[in-house]
Amino acid sequence: MENVIELQNVNKSFKGFQLKDFSMTVKKGFVTGFIGGNGVGKSTTIKLIMNLLQPDSGTISIFGLNYKQHEKKIKQRIGFVFDDNIFYEHLTLTEMKRIIKRAYSNWDDNLFRYYVEQFELPLNKKIKTFSKGMMMKASLTIALSHHAELIVMDEPTSGLDPVFRREFLDVLHRLMENEDKTIFFSTHVTTDLDSIADYIIFIDKGQHVFTKESTQIEEEYAIVKGEKELLDADTKKEFISIRKSNHGFEALTANKNRIEEVFGQMVLIEKPSIEDIMFYTKKGAEWHV
Amino acid sequence: MQIIISNNSKEPIYEQIYAQIKTHILKGELQVGQPLPSMRQLAKDLDISVITTKRAYEELEKNGFIYSIVGKGSFVSEQNNEMIKERKMQVIEEQLTAAIQNSKEIGVSRTELIELLTMLYREEE
Repeated sequence: MENVIELQNVNKSFKGFQLKDFSMTVKKGFVTGFIGGNGVGKSTTIKLIMNLLQPDSGTISIFGLNYKQHEKKIKQRIGFVFDDNIFYEHLTLTEMKRIIKRAYSNWDDNLFRYYVEQFELPLNKKIKTFSKGMMMKASLTIALSHHAELIVMDEPTSGLDPVFRREFLDVLHRLMENEDKTIFFSTHVTTDLDSIADYIIFIDKGQHVFTKESTQIEEEYAIVKGEKELLDADTKKEFISIRKSNHGFEALTANKNRIEEVFGQMVLIEKPSIEDIMFYTKKGAEWHV
Repeated sequence: MQIIISNNSKEPIYEQIYAQIKTHILKGELQVGQPLPSMRQLAKDLDISVITTKRAYEELEKNGFIYSIVGKGSFVSEQNNEMIKERKMQVIEEQLTAAIQNSKEIGVSRTELIELLTMLYREEE
């Protein structure tokens, strides 16, 4: 499968923060969710992907091209959604569009109108009067109006109400009917990922923790609940990390079948959410240091 | 084609889809040669990821329920009776082997086992 985004051994240091030997790939035709806590390097990585920052070392290629020689070509093919307002606040959406459309050779006014109507956006109100949700819709409209092959979004659903979150995911689902589109977005609203992400990349403290297919996560991981007496030195090894209380334990495993063999009916096995996986994996990593 | 997915089930979503499409085919609700919705269309309709439907279709194809033509989509295969029979025979062989092993463990002779089988077979008739 073709990689649309490829980072190899990327390093980037700031005061007090470092992206360490970071490698990842994003596959064409799929949705990849990028998860991790606050301040672990998600936005830095996205800025590197967008060439808003340059790596200290390592290589970054987008559509198989590098930014040094092909910046314009690459940017034409990406639609970018920021979590902050990137528009001139004193302009209206129509005025903003006139400025932006000149930058894109594939700009499509019909497509722009289609999304404006769908999102019920006002064309002649100043952008500074927009709510957070409207701003997001406007940003998405601009990103989708030039037939971008790759949509990159930084925390697109943070601060959105549940109704619009659904609408937003719907737009993405519709976009993915076209197998030439690729979506990459960071989030910490992990329920967004359950329904749409094909691949999940987990980053923590500037380091790549894992990249997995969402089906693989469903098959391998499980939350296990049971009585504390079941835990001993051997059985503990089956888990990534364990939370104990006075009433029993709850733990995450990356080997569901094995747990079923070992514990059978003695434990309760449940499907984990991505949030569970993030929480327990982070805990587990802390234990093993 | 009706497909109902539970997000709270322990069973992975791709397995739920696999099982339901398989049932539709075996019951004859989906006819031979009938096209299935594209993986991307189905993912959109069910609000799930493309890789989930892809996985379900791959399993269906692997087990001979559907076939895919590049650029055209996926279709219901002819359910080959010979193939189904062969698969069943394989299962029977495995089960009988297990029965023989169990018999040996507790010293049941071949004659006794055949007698038991004959008796059970008649009861089912």
